[in-house]
Amino acid sequence: MNAPAYNFAYLDEQTKRMIRRAILKGIAIPGYQVPFASREMPMPYGWGTGGVQVTAAILGPGDTLKVIDQGADDTTNAVSIRQLFAKTAGVCTTTHTAEATVIQTRHRIPETKLGEDQVLVYQVPIPEPLRFLEPRETETRQMHAHADYGLMHVKLYEDIARHGHISTSYAYPVKVDGRYVMDPSPTPKFDNPKMNDCAALQLFGAGREKRIYAIPPHTTVVSLDFEDHPFEASRTQASCELCGADDSYLDEVITDDRGGRMFVCSDTDYCEARREARP
Amino acid sequence: MLVIAPAFADPVSANQATFRAVMDAFARPGSVRALTAAELAPPPPLSRGAAAVALALLDYETPVWLDTRLAAERSIADWLRFHTGAPLIVEPGRAAFAFIDDAARMPPFEAFSLGSEEYPDRSTTLVIRVDGFGTTAPLTLTGPGIAGRREFSFAPAPADFPARLIANRALFPRGVDLLFVADEAAAALPRSTRLIERA
Repeated sequence: MNAPAYNFAYLDEQTKRMIRRAILKGIAIPGYQVPFASREMPMPYGWGTGGVQVTAAILGPGDTLKVIDQGADDTTNAVSIRQLFAKTAGVCTTTHTAEATVIQTRHRIPETKLGEDQVLVYQVPIPEPLRFLEPRETETRQMHAHADYGLMHVKLYEDIARHGHISTSYAYPVKVDGRYVMDPSPTPKFDNPKMNDCAALQLFGAGREKRIYAIPPHTTVVSLDFEDHPFEASRTQASCELCGADDSYLDEVITDDRGGRMFVCSDTDYCEARREARP
Repeated sequence: MLVIAPAFADPVSANQATFRAVMDAFARPGSVRALTAAELAPPPPLSRGAAAVALALLDYETPVWLDTRLAAERSIADWLRFHTGAPLIVEPGRAAFAFIDDAARMPPFEAFSLGSEEYPDRSTTLVIRVDGFGTTAPLTLTGPGIAGRREFSFAPAPADFPARLIANRALFPRGVDLLFVADEAAAALPRSTRLIERA
């Protein structure tokens, strides 16, 4: 098997057209999950098959691709997907957020503010925000059709009744342009405010669940909350031990078996750039 | 003998470029995007821009409706069938895409598929040929994809176009999506766009 036997960016042209049509409908109906004929990809479900198909459908020879997994450019999933497109599409790749035209992400939004000429592609495991509240697709479809989202508020209320605050910390539900409640994928709720009025186009692909959805640039994205329990973008109260950042989302790293630990930036590019800039 | 004008010599990259222009147009409603279609010579009156869009988005899964002017020219149907394999249909209500040459006299939007509350994506995308953008009194737009407001105009336009746009937006999430194409440029008004009425 060698790369030239594949079409540009792996997928065949009919598959790309089908995905491209779904992307256009997704953009036209912000936050609505468009069903699409997800293909089997050379990787298991749960590794980003939806994100990979969206990236393959939009990628062109002039693009520069960045892939992150939990904020990091150097983890297995990110490296594999970056290599897949370097091999099958011959595109330039980068780890620098500002240089990328297409960024595929698993579970984080980069710390560096995204620009007008960028597209952020999310890998989504379970696109339906109501799925754990109502398992039947026929019912959740009706709930979206009628904008019947009371159940989601009940869930958040139960969080408060049980824990004193909204304990949902990731995949925190948002309302897009005042209409559809949407799952932002399992990003930490720290990232939710970055989705609102974002200059970049945000596309979401769920391979196993066969759904594509989108947030156009400069769209109002509101995290659901209550007047007396407003949404809070929480982060660990610490600074990165590598770069000193006190405004980034932190990963906790266990350093030994005696309780030693350190907090470091989850966004490796952000952390590296800050360290390089230090005198 | 039937002679059919060729499509792009390098369809993979040409179709990708066309799609990205159309995607950017949808993502930023009312902004005008360049289309690269100089290489095409589709049978008139099908415009080069509309032909590029057809090649990028149509196939056997997308029923296509043509307006009276385009349907009158048999070579257009031949060209579309040969290059895309899309079924050409006579009922606009079943079309995934509708190609319109005579923008000033296009059918009412209700004639097309508006999708359902459950599946609003099952609606028609209208591909409308225009002479150009920004030459007539502009509409003021707002909504997803627009930072603040954006001015947009196209010609020729039906006289009741603002009223149609408002009625289409009122159906949200149902409604048609509009893609305007000149020979080398495209702009879109997806159903999410709101019209700001002049005081």
